Amino acid sequence: MQRSRVFLDAGGSAPLSSRVFDALQAGFADGWADPARLVTESRKARSLIDGSREAIAEVLGANADYVHFAPSIHFAFERVIAGIAQMRRAQPRILVSAIERDALIHAANHTRPHGVESIGVDAMGHLDIEAFAAAVAADGIALAAIQHANQEIGTVQRLDPVARACVEAGVPFLVDASSSIGHRDAPKHWDALVAHPADWGGPAGIAVLALDPQTRWLPTWPEGDDWAPGGVSVPLALASAVALQEREQERRETAGRLGALVEKIRASVRRLDGVEVLGDPYERLPHVVTFSCLYVDGESLLSELDREGFAVGSGSACTSGSLEPSRVLASIGALTHGNVRVALHPAVTDDDVDRFVAALPHVLDRVRSRLGAPRTS
Amino acid sequence: MTDAVTDAVADGAPGGTPDGAPDAVAVRAAAPFDVDARGKSCPIPIIMLAKAARDQAPGAELTVLATDVAARYDVPAWARMTGNDFVGESETDGGAIALTVRLRLV
Repeated sequence: MQRSRVFLDAGGSAPLSSRVFDALQAGFADGWADPARLVTESRKARSLIDGSREAIAEVLGANADYVHFAPSIHFAFERVIAGIAQMRRAQPRILVSAIERDALIHAANHTRPHGVESIGVDAMGHLDIEAFAAAVAADGIALAAIQHANQEIGTVQRLDPVARACVEAGVPFLVDASSSIGHRDAPKHWDALVAHPADWGGPAGIAVLALDPQTRWLPTWPEGDDWAPGGVSVPLALASAVALQEREQERRETAGRLGALVEKIRASVRRLDGVEVLGDPYERLPHVVTFSCLYVDGESLLSELDREGFAVGSGSACTSGSLEPSRVLASIGALTHGNVRVALHPAVTDDDVDRFVAALPHVLDRVRSRLGAPRTS
Repeated sequence: MTDAVTDAVADGAPGGTPDGAPDAVAVRAAAPFDVDARGKSCPIPIIMLAKAARDQAPGAELTVLATDVAARYDVPAWARMTGNDFVGESETDGGAIALTVRLRLV
């Protein structure tokens, strides 16, 4: 009998629920008109976008007038970093953590070439807050950008003291919440925040940027829509809001259930030889668990698991095709090869996880022996 | 000296390689390094290190030469995960990194 596939790579993308599908359809049925025009059909499309912004703003604890849609988190990072830095153009530096997303680092480097300062993290992935506070208090910082949770290892940052240090220094604070919204309470203090609907079960192709009403920025781009030039897709915006509402309604229950499944995976992985579970075991995303396996390359392990019917992610350099090992894994001192990230979505069942933990040791043995690895233990 | 290890891993025949070739053990006194993993990419340098370590006495030091930048992170991580000590790294002529571990005493 053909066994169904088990999707355990729900970080940055997840299967759409039927409610989200319905919302997409409704968006196309009722929101096909150009929301920028004045006619009745356009007003209807516009009201769907406004309603979506309000629903998302409520979850973020943001002012809906300052919640914007953007075509991708990459674009949102690029423009918000450029805009805030332009407002503070006398300040030559941007402060980030060592484990920010590549997209954010690239945007920062583009805005301030040679002016990006990176603050280290400990072995769990927590920012060195003392070093950050000292760095942000120095002269010349245009803005600071720190993630809420790490997409590779799941560690959640302690953002309150980070935000406080920014306020004291008068430095605008951008939070990358693209891996946490829909899974945890939104962070409370920020001047700008980026969130990612596809990560909470919404459609791909859209991002959210929230600004504090006091946040000042200047465009460095052509005149027109600042955050979504060419306009916002009504169906994507609507489906994003519906997906977030659905996740929020069920979040406590989902987090509890997925958290227990993650515990099961952690416990079973810890019994394997030459395998190490990464990230903070407590202050973490409830649905993510990452581990590194000695003597295998990530690509072989992923392919072998995929053949067995399990989709997982990897942060390892061997898989991403770059020559440099994963910055996140290197920063926490983890093994940079043989890395597996499991990210659960609400439709994952106990049986799915049982099958995964049963298959993993065999797959690992197989790949290790193929590579001629020594017997562990 | 470490050719047996190098060749065994480089051959990479499916189903594993013959274990315990006696000359896989490096003659440390004769060379500034024990495992030549230059030109190999992850996880091969770590596999070579682990194989070389297996035949060493506790307390012995092993030095890996590697050109793969990942080895700089993976050798210390290997030492931590296997209960051994990472001693340090240094650059060598020709752009390789020399990474040294000390094997545990018990």
